Amino acid sequence: MTAMSVALAAATPPPAADFSNDTWWIVLIKAVGIIVFLLLSVLFAIWFERKVVARMQIRPGPNVHGPFGLLQSLADAMKLLLKEDMTVRAADKVIYLVAPMISVFASLLVFAVIPIAPEVNLFGHLTPLQLTDFPVAVLYILAAASVGVYGIVLGGWASGSTYPLLGSVRSTAQVISYELAMGMSLVSVFVMAGSMSTRQIVESQTTIWWFLPLLPAFVIYLISMTGEVNRLPFDLPEAEGELVGGYMTEYSSMKFAWFFLAEYINMLNVSAVATTLFFGGFRAPWPLSAINNDMLNHGWWPVLWFGVKLWFFMFIFVWVRGTLLRFRYDQFMKFGWKILIPFALVWIVAVSVVQGVRRFADLSQAQLLGGLAAVLVLAVAAMFLVPERKEQPEPDGPPEPFDAFKDGYPVPPLPGQALPPSPRRRAPVEASVVADGADRTTADQTTAQEEDRG
Amino acid sequence: MTLSLGALLPAATSLATTGHTSTAEGVLFWVLAPIMVIAALGLLFARKAVHAAMGVVVVMISLAIIYVAQEAPFLGVVQVIVYTGAVMMLFLFVLMLVGVDASDSLVETITGQRWIGLLLGAGLAAVLIGVVVAATAPTPQGLATANEVGNPQAVAGVVFGQHVFALEVVGTLLVTAAVGAIVLTHRPRLTRLIGQKERADARVAAIAEGQVVTPLPAPGVYARSNAMDVPALGPDGAPLEQSVPRVLRIRGQERDISEVHAEVDERTRDRLTGADERRAGLTGIDEERTR
Repeated sequence: MTAMSVALAAATPPPAADFSNDTWWIVLIKAVGIIVFLLLSVLFAIWFERKVVARMQIRPGPNVHGPFGLLQSLADAMKLLLKEDMTVRAADKVIYLVAPMISVFASLLVFAVIPIAPEVNLFGHLTPLQLTDFPVAVLYILAAASVGVYGIVLGGWASGSTYPLLGSVRSTAQVISYELAMGMSLVSVFVMAGSMSTRQIVESQTTIWWFLPLLPAFVIYLISMTGEVNRLPFDLPEAEGELVGGYMTEYSSMKFAWFFLAEYINMLNVSAVATTLFFGGFRAPWPLSAINNDMLNHGWWPVLWFGVKLWFFMFIFVWVRGTLLRFRYDQFMKFGWKILIPFALVWIVAVSVVQGVRRFADLSQAQLLGGLAAVLVLAVAAMFLVPERKEQPEPDGPPEPFDAFKDGYPVPPLPGQALPPSPRRRAPVEASVVADGADRTTADQTTAQEEDRG
Repeated sequence: MTLSLGALLPAATSLATTGHTSTAEGVLFWVLAPIMVIAALGLLFARKAVHAAMGVVVVMISLAIIYVAQEAPFLGVVQVIVYTGAVMMLFLFVLMLVGVDASDSLVETITGQRWIGLLLGAGLAAVLIGVVVAATAPTPQGLATANEVGNPQAVAGVVFGQHVFALEVVGTLLVTAAVGAIVLTHRPRLTRLIGQKERADARVAAIAEGQVVTPLPAPGVYARSNAMDVPALGPDGAPLEQSVPRVLRIRGQERDISEVHAEVDERTRDRLTGADERRAGLTGIDEERTR
């Protein structure tokens, strides 16, 4: 508790990263390093996901190519590259081509502001292992994510096909709803850390990682990050059972590979953000951080902690995928708008009020906790005073059977409304004429069915 | 967009005279400015509504980059999140759903719409010019002074200090608009909502009436035809009526199993056209073939 109180009391922003020693070639090395790291991680992530899901389903998973099947994703990538690159005729050519590029481009942007380690010695220069950092770095991550969605939306639209369009419309709705909850869960971290710079947020977690004091925000972030990257149980934009492949249905070869790449890089991105904002970033876990005067928090050691935490979140993604089923669309929207967002709003207000009281009123720890307990008791008491909502009176009679395709006419009728006969409906006799050479049984059967229906 | 662009950029350069414009900043401007002008023209002249929307997105993102270069990172990033990420995305959403294109009618649905629009546009222009003049007319303080406490903190000080009333008014206006939209598009429920459990129970109860709980069999006789209008075959070789979509059945567009065989197998078709008392079904045809 004392550790928490020290952390909570931090009003002045922690030290920022110092990039003054960087020469142009160091910046170049970092930039290229990030891209190589991401591409290799994606290859590994695909293998990792297939292997872990396989273990969960009690089967071996990829085990043929290379040791432990490690080269499987390389083989898959080569297969994708060598496939025929098709452009569907109904496509809007330029946007169809640009959409996957937008996705990949935006996904590569995020890691620029993720601190992988504090100052390290890079070819004789002392430099933070982070491409850049600025006072609004976390907002920059959100901006990059929101540009990345354009890839999905435009890809679905430009395909000129029904399922991709439905997928992209779903994706728009999904990302807008879940980005709100995600942004709001991050706000409480900003309030506590007193900064929006990634490095400063990491430095603000020296005594306690934010996922403990801000547990509700962390849970909201975990849920919304899964929604943000279209992973199960929120993979509605590419729901195989409903939309074939969603927005990427009409894509093949390299263009499909780009979408695929972007999806996995985005998983790495949101995991890195979760690590940085809630899990202490590159900082060593508690008992290790005490060893030898904080030795494990300096030099190249932090890269290890960052990697372990990153892959912990990647494992959660796979675990969730192996466990949960896809949401129904209406449940998904209801969950986002009626549960996550109000909850996130209440949490922000609570955090801000507590932080404001600490900042502007001179209260001791005991007084503050006592006040919080009193508010909680009052809230629970108030809940008992609110009368329970009356049950809606049931309409008399059984619910009317509702048939969206009644008589082959795909328009939902109003209650009591009689529909005109469908113009596309053919008389049974005509049908037998069309089906040339058919015997009479077809028409007879159809007539019998018509009579059965009423 | 073009309007605000034209108004802002000269102001930005004149403000920058208090500091200094580095070569990199100049290069950035001269690279981005033509792109923005072309994209803005694209908004006016693009045939497809989605292309026009893309033009706006390009202008917005380039503008954000220029904001960041002008040491206003908060404004630049928030512009991308709010306008590009949310507002334009909603525009696209509507464009894709409704499918607006050049063939749509341009008749005014609200009388005097054009004049109201012009008036409001003039109002916006007046506000923008006022802001730019207010920022330039007295001696500009320079970015170093403005960002002394850090850019986001300085913006917060201005927004929640000097302009808190305007902010609240705009907030109220937006909430009113949102509530109005919800009220106007609200549709009362005509029938009672049937829950997932009720549906499941009803399906199970319908087993007694001969309905199936499992998904229906897919149409098509594999290796012969996978067409929607051909019924699948059951384990006993009899065609399954339920496998053909109901709409096709009702329209009478369902094909008989014997037709598929007839089409594929020349020999069988000859027999079909010759025979007059032939029964449909695979078993019958198989018998004929074995003969």
